[in-house]
Amino acid sequence: MNGFIAVYLRELLILKHRFWRMLMSFAVSPVLYLVAFGLGMGKNVKVGHQSYVEFLIPGLVAMSSMMQGFGINVEINVTRFYLKVFEEFQAAPISNLSYVCGEVAGGVTRAILASCVIVCLSLVTGLGLTFGPDFWGLVFLNATVFAALGVTSAMLIKNHADQALITNLVITPMAFLGGTFFPLKNLPPWARAPLELIPLSHASRGLRMAASHRPVSPEDCIILAVLSIAAIGLAWWSVDRAKD
Amino acid sequence: MNQSDSTPFAVTIQNLTKKYGSLKALDKITFSVHKGELFALLGPNGAGKTTLVRILTGLTRPSFGIAQVNGQAGLVPQALNLDYDLTVSENLLIHGLLYHMPYPAIGSRIRELLAYTEIAHKARATIRTLSGGMKRRVMIARALMHDPEVLFLDEPTVGLDPHIRRKIWSLIKRVQGQGTTILLTTHYIEEAELLADKVALLDHGTIVALDTPRNLKARMGTYAVDIVDDNGLATNYFPDKESARKAMLDMGEQGRAITLRQVTLEDAVVGLTGRTEK
Ligand SMILES: Nc1ncnc2c1ncn2[C@@H]1O[C@H](COP(=O)(O)OP(=O)(O)OP(=O)(O)O)[C@@H](O)[C@H]1O
Ligand SMILES: [Mg+2]
Repeated sequence: MNGFIAVYLRELLILKHRFWRMLMSFAVSPVLYLVAFGLGMGKNVKVGHQSYVEFLIPGLVAMSSMMQGFGINVEINVTRFYLKVFEEFQAAPISNLSYVCGEVAGGVTRAILASCVIVCLSLVTGLGLTFGPDFWGLVFLNATVFAALGVTSAMLIKNHADQALITNLVITPMAFLGGTFFPLKNLPPWARAPLELIPLSHASRGLRMAASHRPVSPEDCIILAVLSIAAIGLAWWSVDRAKD
Repeated sequence: MNQSDSTPFAVTIQNLTKKYGSLKALDKITFSVHKGELFALLGPNGAGKTTLVRILTGLTRPSFGIAQVNGQAGLVPQALNLDYDLTVSENLLIHGLLYHMPYPAIGSRIRELLAYTEIAHKARATIRTLSGGMKRRVMIARALMHDPEVLFLDEPTVGLDPHIRRKIWSLIKRVQGQGTTILLTTHYIEEAELLADKVALLDHGTIVALDTPRNLKARMGTYAVDIVDDNGLATNYFPDKESARKAMLDMGEQGRAITLRQVTLEDAVVGLTGRTEK
């Protein structure tokens, strides 16, 4: 438990020292997407009976919580290859699992902060969306899945350059195709089937339901919960691979 | 400090080997460090000093052999590894938590160690703002947080000015005085000569010599005569001052600078490693 607290507290202290800068960076891409796709398209573009902006915001939360959760990998890489503080963790008498949980909690915290930024933006614009416990529960699960994957990738890579490759090959495509910017329903079945499988699709669909007062499908929740546990398991396994 | 051979071991190493591909960074190393001893590993760049320390502190896996530390280890690695955005106290706090120290004990231990390492006035400064010598002292304070029984110092004075080096040397001696076993690596011969109870000479992954500084020096003699002339530098070694002085008189010629001095550890190192050069 102490190991978890140490690792998580360190991430929190880093967050505290860079709080405003970080908040700004969390806001940049959602604001750009909102302006470009939301406001740019105007209120007349409808998806179902919602305006496109109302459709877009939960998708942006799904995307941002994925990106910022996964983004813990950048922090870990800096810690591992540049600051070398990762060796402190390797030498310390803490379990690999408490290390993983500490870093995942760090990623989830960033993801929740990033989601708060978008939620605040949308509250300011006065849209008819609600953000209840079901909404935040899904943000939490989505962030956990991707933070754990972020930890895994940070443990498996051998140098910093590999990281950009993983982000460009896996995360960026998911950000666009995971039901964030358009409803997957509109796709032909052959394209839809594989996209339904990616975790982000479940998160964006669930968040969209929760934000517009509709019941979230239990299937989406269960899939995300199972994936979080699996991803944490994967991260746990990967920690030992980082040793030379 | 003299260690009798009956003192228990703090570090035991047997047949330790580490291969990186075809390169043997360590090749069947065997030695032990007694409790309370200050043991110096002396060797040129690439000798395998860091590899050995990393294996002993669990950062690197050995290829085979035994590397055992009896008791908690503390580590000051060769490369600075502090959190630059955090303060001095915060860096120590995280370390205390990593080593399962109870929260209330951490605060008082931080104050104690920052006073001990003479950086108390920087407790709230971020690491980024410290000088190199201060960062080194934070590293040492951090490694001492959990009161380790064996402290590993990997080149603790590299790149520091002579004043700070002396400060760190005296700090290291005080830590040993409190009963901590210390294994220190260095390529500064005078550092090993001044601080160490025992010195192991590491070269190309093998131990070339292991003894007290005094015995290592005695292998060369007690007095040395350096002759500098147009042919370069030559050093002759003698068992006592009388024979050295006599030889000096015989060698005295025009255009030569001749110095009589005591044998240093450097003489022993040059003599011992020269023979093993590949
Ligand atoms: N991770 C690694 N992968 C491959 N080779 C390595 C690795 N780490 C060390 N080596 C090699 O092992 C040998 C010993 O290196 P080591 O760092 O232990 O030497 P050292 O005595 O600490 O040198 P220095 O005084 O420069 O710090 C070197 O030849 C080095 O290139
Ligand atoms: Mg080294």
